[in-house]
Amino acid sequence: MLERILSSAEALAEALHEEMSRDERIFIIGEDLVSHAGIFGQFKGIPENFPGRIIDTPISETCIVGSGLGAAMTGMRPIVDLHFSDFVTCAMDELANQAAKIRYMFGGQVSLPMVIWCPDGAGLRAAAQHSQSLEAWFVHTPGLKVVVPSEPADVKGLIKAAIRDDDPVMFFQHKLLFRKEGHVPEEDYVIPIGQAEVKREGKDVTLLTYGSGYYLSTDAADELAKLDIEAEVLDLRTLKPVDMETVAGSIKKTHRGVIVHEACLTGGFGAELTARIQFELFDYLDAPVTRVAAKDVPIPFSPPLEDFVLPSVSDVVEAARAVVYR
Amino acid sequence: MPDDAKTYMDLYQTMVTIRQFETMAGEMFAGGKIPGFIHLSIGQEGSSVGVCSVLRLDDYLTTTHRGHGHMIAKGADLNRMAAELFGKKTGYCKGKGGSMHIADFSIGFLGANGVVAGGLPIITGAGLSIKMRKTDQVAVCFFGDGAANRGPVHEAMNMASIWTLPIVFCVENNQFASTTRTSYACSVVDISTRAAGYNMPGISVDANDVLAVREAAADAVARARGGKGPTLLENKTYRMKGHFEGDPQKYRTEEEIASWKDKMDPINRFATVLTKKKILNKKKIQQIWDEAAAKVKGAVEFAEKSPYPEPEEALEDLLVNP
Repeated sequence: MLERILSSAEALAEALHEEMSRDERIFIIGEDLVSHAGIFGQFKGIPENFPGRIIDTPISETCIVGSGLGAAMTGMRPIVDLHFSDFVTCAMDELANQAAKIRYMFGGQVSLPMVIWCPDGAGLRAAAQHSQSLEAWFVHTPGLKVVVPSEPADVKGLIKAAIRDDDPVMFFQHKLLFRKEGHVPEEDYVIPIGQAEVKREGKDVTLLTYGSGYYLSTDAADELAKLDIEAEVLDLRTLKPVDMETVAGSIKKTHRGVIVHEACLTGGFGAELTARIQFELFDYLDAPVTRVAAKDVPIPFSPPLEDFVLPSVSDVVEAARAVVYR
Repeated sequence: MPDDAKTYMDLYQTMVTIRQFETMAGEMFAGGKIPGFIHLSIGQEGSSVGVCSVLRLDDYLTTTHRGHGHMIAKGADLNRMAAELFGKKTGYCKGKGGSMHIADFSIGFLGANGVVAGGLPIITGAGLSIKMRKTDQVAVCFFGDGAANRGPVHEAMNMASIWTLPIVFCVENNQFASTTRTSYACSVVDISTRAAGYNMPGISVDANDVLAVREAAADAVARARGGKGPTLLENKTYRMKGHFEGDPQKYRTEEEIASWKDKMDPINRFATVLTKKKILNKKKIQQIWDEAAAKVKGAVEFAEKSPYPEPEEALEDLLVNP
């Protein structure tokens, strides 16, 4: 198969072009979108090709999310750009109290087809208020779906699924991954929400991961291979609903799991996944499920501090070695 | 805007229906039939009816925790409203929402909201949606004087202004935010003056005069429908009941409440006007109150006869595609 290499930013822009051409109810709303086509260039071509359907807002996160919500309730399909995922805090009522609950508390009278697009993650020396990975907050909020793609092909297939979904979807895309390249099929395809993928086969241990953790895990798997440890890399892609079937298939094969995520350890998604694996798959485990995550502090600014706080490839390697006892 | 006897009778009837519904809700709550807690709009009927009387069925409306009156004035079904308050399966939200989280999308009623100022960001989106879909609908947001001091109001009014959205922001100043007097908590006497900061018209009206509200609302709605943008309408009124049913109301005197009831009750005032105009007389007034009472009684019977939801229904209606 001929490789068609795109960056994640290009994959996103391509998917948005295709979707916005298909359905004129889709529009993008957020801060600083038009002049730069998104601060990461992620909306390249959209201002020219879809004038009036990519809307610059004042710096008003509460109302940016709220206006997406009101539009979704009245026949539109908004994509709300939160600029930096850290700013969800300024719109938390609209996300947690309104978007997540409106369909439910109104007895299913209305659907809320909206995507909350959140660039997240650390590693840019952007410090505590521009570097967080907050996905677990929303996993803990019934009524929201949570998608965290890693590779460019996943970005394209999953943003399409999120846009076509009739429920609110929190879509986290790591800022450092916008330039990551990979093969992206040219055709119109959708990766269903709630479907994980085993992206690298192995028999000794499963690295369960998502987002930026995927790249840590594949690098770690290369290192582990040099030690004759065959790591399977399972990219969850969606955290809610989580694909326990694929998780179970892998754990039943390897009998060991290491969860890898960039979000801080305590109360992170790894805690939830660990609980489910130990309960649902206890008899298949040969070792405790362990977690590799950021340390429990805000992301610091200075490079040696940030590097120390974030999980590293060697952390994943060590965690995997510990559970395979080699 | 129609200005005839029939219209006036309709306004009066709707105000009385709201009063009877709210009175029933208070009694049913006290009698343990309505769980949770409820916030009644008794005394504020002029605001609800004055504004909603100039709206179309397809216009959008959001409201607050004190929203029964708005919902009735927009045309909601009393049976399904009562059933929702009682927590029954036949309620608007199948018992999942209750008094504070009730909606009827078939009449453009986008919901009450349990979060103070929660409706303003939503109405901004409804207004944006109207503009993008190029319809001539209008979006109206009721909020209270308490909400007026919250941040989302600033964001919503600014956005609505810069985008010339077809919105009427209707602040009901009932003089109390829960237990706190507006005169203490608000930087201005007339909240409508804040409109100047958003380059939109602001007007304050005596909202215990339903016709004054109707006239001001008609102007604001016409302006919105005509593509000229948002208005801030301040309906000055008085909350004759406590913040919630059971509120000990230590923040005001019986005399204060009584003086409002005696002189300012919007329903009595309107009855006086209509009696002078020979549109109403004592007999007709009694008939309207009796008819409203019968409708509300029917709603209570419907609610009482209706089954509770099955417990497992708590797991339904969360997502379209679980």
